[in-house]
Amino acid sequence: MKLSTKRSVTAYLFLALPLVFFLCVRLGPMLYMLAMSFTNWGLLRRTVKFIGFKNYEVLFTDPVFLQSLSNTARYAVFGAPIVILLSLGIALLLDSIPKGKGIYRLIYVLPYITPVVAVSWVWRWMYQPPPLGIIDGVLGALGLPAGEFLNSPTQALPSILAVNVWVEMGYCTIIFLAGLQTIPKEISEAAKIDGASDRQVLRRVTLPLLMPITFFLMVMEGIQFLRIFTQVYNMSMQATGGPLNSTKSAALYIYQKAFTNFEMARAASASAVLFVIIMVVTILQIRFFDKRVNY
Amino acid sequence: MKAHQRTRRWARALPAYIVLSLLAVIMLFPFVWMISSSLKDVTQIYQLKLFPERPTLDNYRYILFSTSTKFPHWFLNSLIVAVSTTVSVLFFDSLVGYTLAKFRFPGKKIIFLLIISTLMIPTEMLVIPWYAMIRAMKWVNTYWAIMFPGMISAFGVFLMRQFMSTIPDDLIDAARVDGLGELRIFLTVVLPLVAPALATLAIFNFIGNWNAFLWPLIAASKPAMFTLPVGLANFSGEAGSDWHYIMTGAAVAMAPLILVFLIFQKQIVKGIAMTGLKG
Repeated sequence: MKLSTKRSVTAYLFLALPLVFFLCVRLGPMLYMLAMSFTNWGLLRRTVKFIGFKNYEVLFTDPVFLQSLSNTARYAVFGAPIVILLSLGIALLLDSIPKGKGIYRLIYVLPYITPVVAVSWVWRWMYQPPPLGIIDGVLGALGLPAGEFLNSPTQALPSILAVNVWVEMGYCTIIFLAGLQTIPKEISEAAKIDGASDRQVLRRVTLPLLMPITFFLMVMEGIQFLRIFTQVYNMSMQATGGPLNSTKSAALYIYQKAFTNFEMARAASASAVLFVIIMVVTILQIRFFDKRVNY
Repeated sequence: MKAHQRTRRWARALPAYIVLSLLAVIMLFPFVWMISSSLKDVTQIYQLKLFPERPTLDNYRYILFSTSTKFPHWFLNSLIVAVSTTVSVLFFDSLVGYTLAKFRFPGKKIIFLLIISTLMIPTEMLVIPWYAMIRAMKWVNTYWAIMFPGMISAFGVFLMRQFMSTIPDDLIDAARVDGLGELRIFLTVVLPLVAPALATLAIFNFIGNWNAFLWPLIAASKPAMFTLPVGLANFSGEAGSDWHYIMTGAAVAMAPLILVFLIFQKQIVKGIAMTGLKG
C-alpha cells in the first residue's frame, strides 16, 4: 500500500466514530425534525401521515405562539444591545485603572459560571413581593413604590431579561477587555501627540478597532437571547412562561408543545421556525457588519 | 515629580474605581443574599437582614442528609455525567482535531465543514428527535440518555484543531521514523504537547455539562436520575414558600462550580478571551 493511502486509512479510522456521532446525533435528527414538521407525528399515534404545511398554518394562527415569538424578539432586541453596551463601558473603565483589573473581572464573571437554574431561583427569591423580597425591601426603605416584578404581565419580561443581562455581562466584558489589550498603546499615544482628546481617541481609534469583537458578541448574544429557556422556565409561575404568557419564549413554547401536550409535529414546526429566525438574524448581522467593519 | 504623577493617575482613576466597585456589589449581592438566606431558619427567613441573628446550619443538614430530599443523589448524578462527558470529549475532540490538522486525505475539507456546521444547530431543535430516539432505544432514565448528546463537541473539535496545527510536523515524522504506531504517537507524543488546551477544554466542558438543563430535564423523568439543576428546579417548584430550603439547595448546586472557578480562574478567564478573539 502507498504511504499516502495508508495515512488516509488511518485518518478515516480516527474519524469513523466521531463522524457517525455527528451524523446520527446532530445532522440526522435535524433533518428528521424538519421532515416530521410536515406530518401529523405524535408519540401516541401509530401511523404517521404527510400533511403538508398544515402544522405551520395552525402554528401561525395560534395566538400563544405569536406571543412567544414577540416575547423572544423583545428578549433579543433589548437584551443583546444592553449587554454589549454595558460590558463595553465596563471594559473601558477596567482598562483605564492602574491596578485591580483581575479581581473586578473575576467578580463580574462569577454569574456566568454558576448554574442558571440556581441563579434564577435566587433572583426569584429577591423579586418576591413585600414583605418577602429584598429588592422591594430596599425600594421601600428608600421611599420608592414597590415593584411587582415577576407577578406583573408588564414587568415580568424585563425582570427576567435583567437577570440574563447580569449573567452574560461578565463574559462580554472579558472578551472586550482582551480585545482592548490587543490594541497597541502606541496608536492612541500617537493620536494624543497629534492633539486628539481622550474622547476623540475613543471614538476614532479605540471603538473602530473594537468593531470586529463587537460584531462577534452581537451575533453570539443575539443567538443567546433568542434561545432563552432556562431562566423563563425557572422564574415564571408553574414554569409556563406566565403571567398570561407574557414571558414565554419560543424555546419554552416548543418544550411545552412537545413534552406537556405531546404534540410532537407541532413542536417540530415551531422549532423549525425558531431555527430559521436564528439563521436569518445571524446572516443579516454578518452582512450588516461586513459593510461596517473595516481595519 | 514621579510620585506626584502617580497620585494624579490614581486621582483620575478614582471615579472609575467607584463605579466598578458599586457594580461589583450588584454582581455579588445575589450570592451573598443566597448564603445569608440559607443560614436562616423559618422564623428568620422573612426578616430582611443581611446577617442572620441566629445563624444555623440546619438547612444544610436537611438538604444534604434528610431522607426526604435527593440532593446527594443528584449531586452524584451530575458528577457522573459531567466527568464522563468531559473525558469522552477530551479524547475524541483532540483525536478529530489532530486528524483534521495533521493528516492529508480526500474529503478532509468537507468533513471539517460538516462538523463545524453542526455548531449552528441549536439544542432546542434536537431535543425532540433525541427524545424519540431514547424512547425507541429504551434509554429513558439512564445515564447514557443524559450523556450521549455531549460525548463529542463540535466546538472542541474546532478549538483542538487550532492548537494541533501549531505542533511541528517534524516531531510527528520523527516519531514515525522511530516506528511508533499512529495511535501511540497521538497518545504519547501529541497529547502532552497540547495539555494547556486540554485543560481549558476540560474546564469549559465540565462547567457546561454541570449546568446543562434543557436536555437532562427531558431525558430523566425519575427523580433518582435527575441531575442537580433538574433536581433543584423540581425541588424548588414543589417547595412553595420554603425559601430557606430553596436558597440552601441553590448554594449546594453552586458550591462545586465556585470551587472549580476559584481553582481555575486564570484558565477560565483566558479561555473566554480566547474563544472571543478566535471567533
